[in-house]
Formats: sequence, C-alpha cells, structure tokens
Amino acid sequence: MKVLVPVKRVIDYNVKVRVRADGSGVDLANVKMSMNPFDEIAVEEAIRLKEQGTATEVVAVSIGVRQAQETLRTALAMGADRAILVIASEDVHQDIEPLAVAKILAGVVKEEAPGLVLCGKQAIDNDMNATGQMLAALLGWGQATFASELKVEGEQATVVREVDGGLQAIRVRMPAVVTVDLRMNEPRYASLPNIMKAKKKPLEEKTPADYGVDVTPRLSVVKTTEPASRKAGVMAKSVDELVDMIKGAGLV
Amino acid sequence: MATLLIGEVTDGQLGLDATAKAVTAAQALGEVHVLCAGASARGAAEQAAQIQGVAKVLVAEDPALGHRLAEPTAALIVQLAASYSHVVAPATTDAKNVLPRVAALLDVMVISDVTGVVDADTFERPIYAGNAIQTVKSSDPVKVATIRTAGFDAAALGNSAPIEAAPGASDPGLSQWIEDRTAHSGRPELTSAPVVVSGGRGIGSKDGFAIVEGLADKLGAAVGASRAAVDAGYAPNDWQVGQTGKVVAPNLYVALGISGAIQHLAGMKDSKFIVAINKDAEAPIFQVADFGLVADLFTAVPELTEKL
Ligand SMILES: Cc1cc2nc3c(=O)[nH]c(=O)nc-3n(C[C@H](O)[C@H](O)[C@H](O)COP(=O)(O)OP(=O)(O)OC[C@H]3O[C@@H](n4cnc5c(N)ncnc54)[C@H](O)[C@@H]3O)c2cc1C
Ligand SMILES: Nc1ncnc2c1ncn2[C@@H]1O[C@H](COP(=O)(O)O)[C@@H](O)[C@H]1O
Repeated sequence: MKVLVPVKRVIDYNVKVRVRADGSGVDLANVKMSMNPFDEIAVEEAIRLKEQGTATEVVAVSIGVRQAQETLRTALAMGADRAILVIASEDVHQDIEPLAVAKILAGVVKEEAPGLVLCGKQAIDNDMNATGQMLAALLGWGQATFASELKVEGEQATVVREVDGGLQAIRVRMPAVVTVDLRMNEPRYASLPNIMKAKKKPLEEKTPADYGVDVTPRLSVVKTTEPASRKAGVMAKSVDELVDMIKGAGLV
Repeated sequence: MATLLIGEVTDGQLGLDATAKAVTAAQALGEVHVLCAGASARGAAEQAAQIQGVAKVLVAEDPALGHRLAEPTAALIVQLAASYSHVVAPATTDAKNVLPRVAALLDVMVISDVTGVVDADTFERPIYAGNAIQTVKSSDPVKVATIRTAGFDAAALGNSAPIEAAPGASDPGLSQWIEDRTAHSGRPELTSAPVVVSGGRGIGSKDGFAIVEGLADKLGAAVGASRAAVDAGYAPNDWQVGQTGKVVAPNLYVALGISGAIQHLAGMKDSKFIVAINKDAEAPIFQVADFGLVADLFTAVPELTEKL
C-alpha cells in the first residue's frame, strides 16, 4: 500500500505573527517557516506504517510556493521515499485554499493510486481544518478525522478520533483519508546522514494546470486586523488578597 | 433564501447551548431552519423548535445518521442544500468533520470558525491561533460555514416552530461506528460554563488534578487543561483548551500552572476575567490575566479553594 502525505509549509509555530498595519495581511517575508506540526505527525505515522510492513511507499506532496521544497526535503529526511511539489504561487503571501488544494490532491491521488492519504487535521496558519474532509468528498472516499490512533487491517482501518465528548472509535473502508491529531505519535528528528540522503531522493515538480485545477480563491480577503488586545492586570501579593480581588469583582 | 443550520445532536440529545448560539449568528443571515439528524432526533427537534428565531425544524431519523458519521450526514445535507443560501453549524468537532465534506460536494469553500457576520457574504474568522482576524467575502453560490459559538449569546427559548420530516439520505457505507469513549463528570460543559478552572503541566500528575477539580467544584466550574497536561496524561483530551482544542469564553477563567503559550491563549483569551496562578512571575499568562498570583499552586490553590 502506498501512503500519500500532504505537507504544508507554514509559519513556524514559535514565531509571533505580525499583522501589517495597513490591514493587508500578515508579514511572512523573512520569518521562520516550518512543516505544519500536524503534518510532521502524519509523516511520522506513514513512516511507521512502512516500518511495520503495512505501507510500501511514502510519498509526500506539497502545494504552494517553490520554497515548499524545503518542507518536502524535511519529509524525505524523516523517511518519505519521494516527493511531489505543486508550484501554485510565486508569492509567499498567497495561501492556496483547502478546496483548491483538495482538487490538486485528488489529481495526485488519481495518478498515484495510494491506499491511504494521511493529512494533518489543521494547518496552523489558516486554521481551516478542511482539506482532508474535502479531499475525501471529491474522491468519494470515507474519512476519519482528528485521529489519535490508526490501525490498518487489510481493507479497513480502525481509527480512534478525538471528539468534543472524548474519544470515538470508527472503522473506515480503504482507500480512505485520515487526518491526524496531536496525540497520534511524536515525530522523529531527521538525522544528519538522512538529511544528506534526502537531497538525492526524487522530487518531482508540477503545476495546478497539470491537474486541470484553477486555484483562484473563492474567499477574497477584505482585511486582516489585530485581535482586541488584553492588558496585564494586577498582581495579588497573597492568596487573601486574591480572594478579596475575586470577590470584589463580583466573580463569585 | 433561508439558512440551514445543522443542530448539534449527540445520542438523540440536542446540544442546546451550541445550537442556540449558532442561531443567534445565523439570524443575521435571514430565516433560519434547523436540521436535527440522528438515529433518534425527534426529541432534539422538539427542543430546537423552542429556540427563538427558528422558523422551521427538519428532522431526519435514520440509524445511519446515529453517530454523525461524516459520509451519510454530509449526503443528507447536500440533498437539502439546494434550497438554501447558507449552510451553517456550531463549530463542534462533529460539524468540522462534516461541513468541509458538504462544501466540497457543493464545490464551494468552507468558512471555518466564524466569529462575526458582517453581511450575507462577508465573515470574520480568526487565523494564526487567533493572532489575526481575517474578514473574508465569499463568491460562492452557497455559503457553508461553522460558527465559533463562544462569541455569540444563546438565543432564548419560548418559540414553537413547525417540525417537518426531512427526506431520507442513502448511506454510502464507507465507515462504521464502533464505540464512543466518553466520561460524564456531572460538571458543567466546558464550552458553555460561566466559570472554567484549567490546569497545565505545572499540576505535575493525574492525581494532582484533584486540586484543580476541588477549586472547580467549589466554583461550580467546568474543568479544562492545557495541551501539555493532556499529552502527559493528567487530563482527558476533551478538556483541552486552545487552538486545537476547545474555545471558551466564560465569565471567569482560572489558569493554574499554565504558562500561557499562544496556542493556549487562542482558546481562552476572550474570557471576561482571567485569573492566573503560576510560580514563574515571567509566565506569559500574566500578560493576559486580570488578576495574577505568583505562588506555588500546591499551597495556594487549596488555600484559595477554602477561602472563596
Ligand atoms: C500545533 C500545535 C497546537 C497546539 N495546540 C494547543 C492547544 O490547543 N492548547 C494548549 O494548551 N496548547 C497547545 N499547544 C501547546 C503549546 O504550545 C504549549 O506547549 C502548551 O500550551 C504548554 O502547556 P502548559 O502551559 O501546561 O505547560 P508549560 O509551558 O510547561 O507550563 C507549565 C507552567 O506551570 C508552572 N508551574 C510549574 N510548577 C508549578 C507550581 N508548583 N506552582 C505554580 N506554577 C507551576 C510553570 O512556571 C509553567 O509556567 C499546541 C502546540 C502546537 C505545536
Ligand atoms: N498547501 C498545502 N500543501 C500540502 N498539504 C496541504 C496544504 N494545505 C493543506 N494541506 C493538508 O491539509 C491539512 C489541513 O489543512 P487545512 O485544511 O488548511 O487546515 C494540512 O495539515 C495538510 O496535511
């Protein structure tokens, strides 16, 4: 079974985002970019499936600017076998919407015929939480989102999902799309020798036109603003003082 | 055209708070019809019919809809969507599972976690863990959106909207429910509780959470946790507050042994009052707290619980 892992290049989760004063967006030039944390978990899971003998090949795919090849090299260094880069934009500030990403991924799936697509549950830049579900819809496949455990058994996968009420276990027919949550595993670090090896692994370049997909956004951004800010309040010197403050504010 | 609002139905029960808050947001878009779908959904539909502002309730009962599996639920919604300008739902894990699938089947974008409705096409939503608010205008024929309920007041009860049966949908049979592992604590629900007490890695152990729960019980509060506390196994996953957990906006949020990473703040910084106890005076949580106390929580929290 081949596993396809879509990985997105996003602002590093440790970077403090700066909103441009003119409302035009967030500053992404010259900030540290990394693989979306959920996608690292998906890559890790795919590699583990290969190590267990369940998967035969792990293919990473990224859609975005040319620089996303760094993200793909990271996936290759972790252990993915090959990579596909779909260059869909020249401008780091243009985010490709989940619908367009899902359409491109559906095109990749038609060519690659994987038995499983392992996505992240959410990209930490746009916080959409949509691409995996959209891809499953376009393919007419089953989906198992927010997965914290995945067991592939022949034509089926058993997935434990993190939901509002706790956990839910479902079985999904393969091929399927699974989106991973944070507690599925702890991704490995790529070793230096593997980083060197990754430079020689195949990385194919494509464009949205190769899949017949128009990436024109359906949502136009009117403006981007800073959220209402909070100010630091007052510090109590003792528990008694804190009790007085809480009671004084009518909170209990 | 009207708005189809997907009511939050779990095991035949309506999630009244989430649904009623989404109704408030949806009213800005025009007439609101609520869909209650499930293996049994009649009782939920009757409750939804009482929410002010609801013009009609559609009820779909089918064993295939029993556990809100994405494929049959999405198929049902798509079948109904043709007569609506908007399809919306409270941004629960169920809706986030289903609505993007619906949107793709309709060939439209989904608008996730809406915090403000500007007009019928234009919506506000947080991005980058809430560090920026984006206003987006949709050019799609049908708008499919999930509503972040924390920012809206619940619509009142006292209505009696008509209830109609929705047509049945076919189950593509792609997935199958096995079991739910849910625990009922008897405490208020995290996303609707007026007071939330949360613990972080500083709590140090699963047993240590008794301190958090003790204060929560004293205040009649729900219990929350940081990701670090959940990852460490101190607290169950459904307690996680933050960018990738639940978003809460109670009157009072008490953070115990939580440093205040942006991903945590994303889930609680719209709380009315924030109280933080942390032994590190430099912890970023103090930058958003109204009242702070630098102290060891193992002595301060039991004392606070007793004196409140
Ligand atoms: C993609 C992604 C998504 C994430 N999503 C979330 C999310 O949804 N929610 C979330 O919470 N996090 C999330 N995180 C994790 C986040 O970045 C932080 O790692 C996490 O919030 C830290 O939790 P914490 O504050 O409990 O732990 P720490 O940062 O370790 O802080 C523990 C605090 O406890 C204090 N402390 C220790 N002992 C005591 C004591 N005896 N008395 C008083 N204080 C004490 C310390 O001073 C410290 O400030 C996410 C991270 C990533 C990468
Ligand atoms: N541009 C992209 N390239 C590759 N994968 C993506 C891209 N956008 C989204 N994804 C995948 O879809 C998941 C969810 O993203 P989103 O729906 O944008 O929150 C991510 O974790 C990735 O696995």
